[in-house]
Amino acid sequence: MFRHAPRLLSRASSSAMRWRRPFSTDLPAETPVDSKFVQTWRSTIPNIEPPKTPSAFMAPRPPTPPTIPSKLTINVVLPYNSIFSAKEVDMVIVPATTGQMGVLPGHVATIAELKPGVLSVHEGNDVTKYFVSGGFAFVHANSVADIVAVEAVPVDQFDQSLVQKGLAEFTQKLSSASTDVEKAEAQIGIDVHSAINAALTG
Amino acid sequence: MAAMAALRREGRRFAAAAPNPISTVRSSLAPSEEHAVLGVRSISTQVVRNRMKSVKNIQKITKAMKMVAASKLRAIQTRAENSRGLWQPFTALLGDLPSVDVKKNVIVTVSSDKGLCGGINSTAVKISRALYKLNSGPEKESKYVILGEKAKAQLIRDSKKDIELSMIELQKNPLNYTQVSVLADDILKNVEFDALRIVFNKFLSVVSFIPTTATVLSPEIVEREAESGGKLGDLDLYEIEGAETKGEVLQNLAEFQFSCVLFNSVLENACSEQGARMSAMDSSSRNAGDMLDRLTLTYNRTRQASITTELIEIISGASALEG
Repeated sequence: MFRHAPRLLSRASSSAMRWRRPFSTDLPAETPVDSKFVQTWRSTIPNIEPPKTPSAFMAPRPPTPPTIPSKLTINVVLPYNSIFSAKEVDMVIVPATTGQMGVLPGHVATIAELKPGVLSVHEGNDVTKYFVSGGFAFVHANSVADIVAVEAVPVDQFDQSLVQKGLAEFTQKLSSASTDVEKAEAQIGIDVHSAINAALTG
Repeated sequence: MAAMAALRREGRRFAAAAPNPISTVRSSLAPSEEHAVLGVRSISTQVVRNRMKSVKNIQKITKAMKMVAASKLRAIQTRAENSRGLWQPFTALLGDLPSVDVKKNVIVTVSSDKGLCGGINSTAVKISRALYKLNSGPEKESKYVILGEKAKAQLIRDSKKDIELSMIELQKNPLNYTQVSVLADDILKNVEFDALRIVFNKFLSVVSFIPTTATVLSPEIVEREAESGGKLGDLDLYEIEGAETKGEVLQNLAEFQFSCVLFNSVLENACSEQGARMSAMDSSSRNAGDMLDRLTLTYNRTRQASITTELIEIISGASALEG
């Protein structure tokens, strides 16, 4: 019985050494703030595992490069879909509340609130235009731009006649509105429809 | 044993038969009839058969529930995965600060309305209670906002006074962003908060649901953290493009962030619910199958025993008559 012991022991230790963590990317990336949370959790609530936080599920963003990169990386996300995720483009023009804002690589870090308008993405010679309903645009120092919108529809999917009809309807609602809430809703409808109209004609 | 009793009875009959055959035969028939009426001679399989029928029905029902949960999961899983990009820009900009120290915490617990979905609602409630305890202290207060019937039932028992708002029947119509943004608006209008902590089960795969907590800070706390440096320190480097003041833009940002993060968390929780229900119903049908196997064995044993008993009686009766 003991004759086989060394063989079994060597087999066990070699198999233990053979099990290595498959990929180094599997190691959870714990940022300093997360570890503080985990530590306070573990000290006050020892029996339950601490919950994960969203940063554990997100790929870390690239750091700010020393020179201005040649391309802008954009992420355009909607509640239902991500239109572009980590796509490299030359320029985007976003409809900020202060007007159309062009974003090139190396743009200063900005938080911009968007109004209903046209978002155009320039990639080489292609320009794709989307009508966004509103949202936010973040431009980071590392030439990554995030555009979060509620709806973004390619401009060619709009029907001009329906837009005119909607505009007329909301104008009529504004004139017949009594409360502030109704007035605000009608005004929002007018804004969006006239923006779509402008996008289709302009 | 039944054979011995039969033999004894036959012996008594012959002993009594000698003086008066007819009357004793009649009287000897009566005791055996009495015996037949008083005791249950043949073992009945009816009880076991009834149990088997009910267990089989349960197995069918749980299998059907599993199929339904699988199809619902398929439908909602694509939407949850598509919505995962929605909260990432906010976390990239504002960071993730679950350990932030604030006076007014609001814990938003997302749970399901229907049961039979394993342990996900209990884990969500456990984590919510733990967050409450973690954020309790002098001058600090925590409140609950509950989405879903199951967490409400659990939290109302001991934390009734801390529940600000509770909403049920979220999934009556398919989940969409408009509904969730109205919900978020409701919460933001009625509840004062410095930090909102959303507790939900993140859907990793059909068998794995991780309790997660996402933190949304109010604009004042964002400014405070930005000034004090640390993770949000470079928020000041961002230029604010907007006709309004920085405070208003940050306010809109916080509200938008809350509705986006809530939308994703509600979808993920719905996926986790269907996945958990699938595995719960699967283990339930497997248990029912095991129980059915055991009952079948018992049934066969009972059936064979009753046949053997009948055979013994017949044979011993026949042999008593002959010999």
